[in-house]
Amino acid sequence: MSAETSATTQGRSGQRLSGLRIHLQNIVQLVIKELRSIRADPVMLILLVYSFSIAVYTVATGASTEAKNLSVGIVDEDRSDLSRQIRNALNPPLFKSAVPINAGEIDEEMDHGRLVFVLEIPPSFQADLLSGRRASVQLNVDATAMTQAGNGAVYIQSIIAQEVTNFLAGRETVTSAPVNVVIRAKFNPNLDSAWFTSVMQVINSITLLTVILTGAALIREREQGTVEHLLVMPVVPTEIMLAKIIANGLVILVAAGLSLALVVQWWLQVPIAGSLVLFLAGAGLYVFAVAALGIMLGTLATTMGQFGLLAIPILVLMQLLSGSSTPMESMPVWLQYTMQVISPTPHFVAFAQAVLYRGAGFSVVWLQLVALIVIGGVYFSYALSRFRRVIFGD
Amino acid sequence: MSDGYIARVENVSHRYGKTVALDDVSIAFPARRMVGVIGPDGVGKSALLALVAGVRQIQTGVVTVFDGDMADKAHREKHGARIAYMPQGLGRNLYPTLSVFENIDFHGRLFGQGEAERRRRIDELLQATGLDPFEDRPAGKLSGGMKQKLSLCCALIHDPDLLILDEPTTGVDPLSRGQFWDLINTIRSRRPQMSVIVATAYMDEAERFDWLAAMDDGKVIASGPVAEILAKTGQRSLEAAFIALLPEAKRAHHQEVVVRPRPASDSAVPAIEAEGLTRRFGNFTAVDHVSFRIERGEIFGFLGSNGCGKSTVMKMLTGLLPASEGTAKLFGKPMGSNDMETRRNVGYMSQAFSLYTELTVRQNLELHAKLYHLPSEEIEGRIAELLERYDLKDVVDARPDSLPLGIKQRLQLAVAVLHRPAMLILDEPTSGVDPIARDAFWRTLIDLSRDDGVTIFLSTHFMNEAERCDRISLMHAGKVLAVGTPEELVKERGSASLEDTFVDYLAEAAGIDREARTEAPDPNAAAPAPEPIRPPRRFDPKRLWAYSRRETMELLRDPIRLAFAFLGPLVLMIAFGFGISFDVENLRFSALDHDNTPESRQLVEAFSGSRYFEERPPLRSSGELDQRLRTGELQLAIEIPPGFGRDLQSGRKPEVAVWLDGAMPFRAETTKGYVTGLAAQYAKEWLVQNSTGTSAASLINIETRFRYNQAFKSVNAMVPSVIMLMLILIPAIMSAIAVVREKETGSIANFQSTPITKFEFLFGKQLPYIAIAMISFVLLVLLALFLFGVPIKGSAALLALGTLLYVTATTGFGQLISTFTKTQVSAVFATAILSIIPAVNFSGLLVPVASLSGGARLIGLGFPTAWYQPISVGTFTKGLGFDDLSFNLVMLAGFSLLFLALAQLLLRKQEL
Repeated sequence: MSAETSATTQGRSGQRLSGLRIHLQNIVQLVIKELRSIRADPVMLILLVYSFSIAVYTVATGASTEAKNLSVGIVDEDRSDLSRQIRNALNPPLFKSAVPINAGEIDEEMDHGRLVFVLEIPPSFQADLLSGRRASVQLNVDATAMTQAGNGAVYIQSIIAQEVTNFLAGRETVTSAPVNVVIRAKFNPNLDSAWFTSVMQVINSITLLTVILTGAALIREREQGTVEHLLVMPVVPTEIMLAKIIANGLVILVAAGLSLALVVQWWLQVPIAGSLVLFLAGAGLYVFAVAALGIMLGTLATTMGQFGLLAIPILVLMQLLSGSSTPMESMPVWLQYTMQVISPTPHFVAFAQAVLYRGAGFSVVWLQLVALIVIGGVYFSYALSRFRRVIFGD
Repeated sequence: MSDGYIARVENVSHRYGKTVALDDVSIAFPARRMVGVIGPDGVGKSALLALVAGVRQIQTGVVTVFDGDMADKAHREKHGARIAYMPQGLGRNLYPTLSVFENIDFHGRLFGQGEAERRRRIDELLQATGLDPFEDRPAGKLSGGMKQKLSLCCALIHDPDLLILDEPTTGVDPLSRGQFWDLINTIRSRRPQMSVIVATAYMDEAERFDWLAAMDDGKVIASGPVAEILAKTGQRSLEAAFIALLPEAKRAHHQEVVVRPRPASDSAVPAIEAEGLTRRFGNFTAVDHVSFRIERGEIFGFLGSNGCGKSTVMKMLTGLLPASEGTAKLFGKPMGSNDMETRRNVGYMSQAFSLYTELTVRQNLELHAKLYHLPSEEIEGRIAELLERYDLKDVVDARPDSLPLGIKQRLQLAVAVLHRPAMLILDEPTSGVDPIARDAFWRTLIDLSRDDGVTIFLSTHFMNEAERCDRISLMHAGKVLAVGTPEELVKERGSASLEDTFVDYLAEAAGIDREARTEAPDPNAAAPAPEPIRPPRRFDPKRLWAYSRRETMELLRDPIRLAFAFLGPLVLMIAFGFGISFDVENLRFSALDHDNTPESRQLVEAFSGSRYFEERPPLRSSGELDQRLRTGELQLAIEIPPGFGRDLQSGRKPEVAVWLDGAMPFRAETTKGYVTGLAAQYAKEWLVQNSTGTSAASLINIETRFRYNQAFKSVNAMVPSVIMLMLILIPAIMSAIAVVREKETGSIANFQSTPITKFEFLFGKQLPYIAIAMISFVLLVLLALFLFGVPIKGSAALLALGTLLYVTATTGFGQLISTFTKTQVSAVFATAILSIIPAVNFSGLLVPVASLSGGARLIGLGFPTAWYQPISVGTFTKGLGFDDLSFNLVMLAGFSLLFLALAQLLLRKQEL
């Protein structure tokens, strides 16, 4: 076949297809290629499986901000029945067994962080109460232990109040509280922190892996020169980028869906209130936004090493300032707004909490979905504008 | 040596994983000669040279150099400094951001030379190599030839007795190549006792050597003086001799390449027409007004050194790169970067292998067929045809990275021609391919050109390939020096060969006088008395300093790493300091007041008066309560029953329901505490107002003292903890990268082939990172003091000392990780994951260590973070001093030593 005829055959076969269909076909082919690439990378696959299974399980069951195992010491100068009762009431799992110490040891024990709480019961504590006199106890709290100090102090106070009330019950001079306040938590009646951390860990894994997978996929192509090869073919950068987003996003969505169903619902026995389908739809938009971010980082860094240096601080920031670790409302207002403008994660965290815990429907969460689309769109356009420019070292 | 051999290799075999690099090789290299090891890529030349140089560990067999066993560490330490080794790849042992002078200076320092001695030697070497005008230019900005000369200077700074060069001239233009060998000859005539062993894939330059060893498939197939090898095979050229030496089975595939005459083209429109094509990168002009015309069906060759602009021209023609100036027309149509039609007419093969190594041969072909939209019914037939034609049938399900280079190149060509393009643009398609495969490749090119009328535009370094082209163009420094048929060009210059012609043109362009050519010294000249051997010192602070100094210079010139080192901690600290807060405030609440009496309103006011709560419009129904909690608008809802006030007055103990949003348990738990407190307060006040008696709760007074942090603000506790986190995360990643980077770029060879010890290397590289971490620490403390207003209550000296020990430990931890990671990216993520988990979870940042038990506690105490956290928090908030924390200091010092010792144990001076 001569060159001329081959060129024209090609031309005709090209024209047979409409523009949009060509784009779609290219994207499908490139998605297949991306999926094969992911399958061929055992390290990433192991990381993927680990992040959505073991990591979720250990984070949910391991470190928790729930108050438990609180270390408490008692300086018991009263040595009465009541003081013994109070000591016995500070029991596991909320407390480690209370350690009896002397008054002189308080500073030393607390300075070294061996005890977070120390309760001092003065002499004649019981006698004073029995004779209707007011009595004081002192509770020392190490206020640098942020997750325990506040809540722990409240628990200890109410335990003391309870023990004192029980001890004095039935005596005429005393009446009980005039109001009965019943506190109930909706959506997580026992305030089990595993419910929260397990789902948030799934979200963190989505963020981390999407950025790393798509960014690394682009840098690998740049380092190996394969992206150049793609660009001499009748393929446009948008197709290459979309294919990467779709393929990696698909893999992560499937993994996240399985993780929620198998690890969170079945293994950890966390009930999911809302619609898994709505959640996955939102997750799809989120993955689009984060994958675009990954590609953007892949165009900013020139080597894998640089990519790592760039990605780590960004990922840490996105995760910690998203409301998935500490409450969003606790952040200064300017920081809340900043994060909501530059990062899709706060919107997705809010969306996920609404859907998965509170069973919210589309009408409640649509605004967050719009935010995801807008932020993802901005990332995508910026990444696209850099793509060509950067790949050829301009 | 004593027997006239500098090095002996006996029964040496070497494998990389499953690949056999050397297969029972025995050979003796004569001393004081220029010895060439020849053969194509991947036959084991590099492995052999690395074993002789002592940078690779011997697996089986015996290697004797300087009459001693290279497996013996003491012998290597004593004589290693007499060997100079230049690894494969352009400037692999150079540091691209360091200047020419700084690079050589660094190598001089590694051999413990004083300043005056270094200056003298460097001046000498720079003059001899003609690099003296470029003393201050960064090595990364040198041309390929200059880089290799600089590498050579670095290797020669300490007057080695054995110089080992691994493919020093690959990718270098013929003129620079000639200059390079002249330079070696000059040095050899000055130091005749020096032996040289060179690996090369260029058969033509090997003809100038004294003695040769030809290798194929991990075996030495012939060795001896050049004339002897030529005589034995009865060939005139070494390339032909090499083919003749190959085993029968391989030779059977070989056929002479016959260039058939090209049929006259019937089209007047040229295939490629470039007019004043120019490309600039910043202020650097890579391609400078290049013009040429290529006819249809022509094989057009592009010759020139690496970096002369060949690849850039090709990229502009494929539309990969827009031209800064000038035009390029393909088949009469101007080339636009988004022109899909033109792209279908072009097949492109880039310089490095650029197909997907994770796809099989068939999958690669299929992907390309589909992206070029071949009609689906044709795809299978076309692929079968190509597999047949390019002899890829046997490897159809293999992945390309497991295939030899020659087959990979055939696959690349198959992919390039798959869509039957009218033009092929091939960028150095035969670089590193063995002569037989190269000839086979050329036969297919000639078939494509002559039978199918495909225009072929290719670049090459091989002169015998250039001679096969219809026309060639010589390029240098972005400009075309000459265009014409090879015969015309040779005739025009009146030279003996095409190579001479090219060198002539280059010399003219560079203004070099070529007469001063040195000849090889007489190898039989009397050897001067051997110099006394000075074994290097076991520990030399100068070498350690050389590494510290160089690491610092490199770092200061790398904006990305510098920004990460200094901005990273600050940005994260600001974000964490403000962002990670366990203070729960401004909780949005609303009341569903069914009672609406003064008593119920008083209860609601108790909430709205608290700084923890923020009132929202009241609720009207339980449905609304549910709905507003569900949307997250409310975090707390109070439901007051009808008759609340009446029941309260009559002592009937009404029940108030408080609903919390439990979605975030920590917040809910804290809220619960607030509500309990408020309720108790309300009850107390009510009882006081309506004194009907005393409650038990009112009898007891619990004084809660929040120690160390009276205001109970998160920031006071978080800031010192975040300093702990920052000073492990960033310094550990930085120091891990420092070592792995050298592995990736290849400059680790300098550690392997010079007398520097593992301790000097590790500690020398660690010092700058300790310094940077201490600077970050000062900045972080300033932030803590002035931005967050967290004062240091205890001993600042203790904090500084503790931090110094801590960052020594954390940078050591990074180095430890770097000993078992291979790439920068794995070093970054491994360090991040391994340090963040214990630092965040098990060191007191979230949960006090006192509350941990079992495994979590052990992990915490087995890591420096848990020992530093009490120092940081203790000095900032608790006002502690040396008496309280001396044991923590001891532990941190212990970790520093432990990590350094472990890294030293695991780091290998020789490669496996």
